[in-house]
Amino acid sequence: MNTMTMTKMTLKTEGDTHIVVTRRFAAPPEAVYRAHTDPKLLQQWLLGPEGWTMPVCINEARPGGKFRYEWTNGKGAGFHITGEFVELQPPNKIVHIERMHLPDPRPDNYIETRFDPDGTGTLMTMRMTLPDAQTRAAMLATGMERGMEASYVRLENML
Amino acid sequence: MHVGFNLNASFAALSDPTRRAILSRLARGEATVMELAKPFEMTQPAISQHLKVLEEAGLIVQRVDGARRPRRLAKAGIDAMDQWLAMLRKALEKNYDRLDEVLAAMESGKETKSNRETKPNTKTEPNTKKRKKQ
Repeated sequence: MNTMTMTKMTLKTEGDTHIVVTRRFAAPPEAVYRAHTDPKLLQQWLLGPEGWTMPVCINEARPGGKFRYEWTNGKGAGFHITGEFVELQPPNKIVHIERMHLPDPRPDNYIETRFDPDGTGTLMTMRMTLPDAQTRAAMLATGMERGMEASYVRLENML
Repeated sequence: MHVGFNLNASFAALSDPTRRAILSRLARGEATVMELAKPFEMTQPAISQHLKVLEEAGLIVQRVDGARRPRRLAKAGIDAMDQWLAMLRKALEKNYDRLDEVLAAMESGKETKSNRETKPNTKTEPNTKKRKKQ
């Protein structure tokens, strides 16, 4: 374990329908939680690939509240995500349901995000639950986690 | 953001353990239905059905060799999936790198309001990455 691995993101599958992402941040849970719920902050980082922006970020961060995020690459391409908050426990936990529209709605993704104190920083654990194995596979090409020949694909290393 | 039908089919094809195992086997070299059926203890029609799914997903191709129809991995299909995954992962990583900067800005904003000198030492140690443009 060196300093490089301290903030390195991990992304792995769990069971048939889960995807788990972890990441450490050099800020307390209060700040990380705020950056996940304040539209002004979300618009600064939740952008995906270089060149994309989020012109629409509507977010009612309360149980039952809805959100809508719209992205564009400025060249005519875009997509959006809609969702609902299920549970909010500031500053440690957000549970929400979201779906991507491409433009037809994709299956619901149930996401529980935890922000746990980790020294002076935060360990974020985001656990996604997809409705079935097929959906998860379609989303991420998981299932690569075991039994694959190293020669088969570099996919394994990416997950 | 166009997730092609083929890419979806590719990932869906991988949700089955037998099909993943078939791909593993083909990674070592081409094989016929009969050769593939043996280690899996499955009937040839069952294997053929899996091969059809993999073929339609663009992950394998077959060639004609007399009466034999050996299958092998389709590089283009595997590469397309690779690229999509790498993109997805990179997009996520990029988000969190940006979040690091947002958090640093929040922290320094707080510090200018309160007393900066009393803070022992802003942690430069774990994250020595250079700042990128906002």
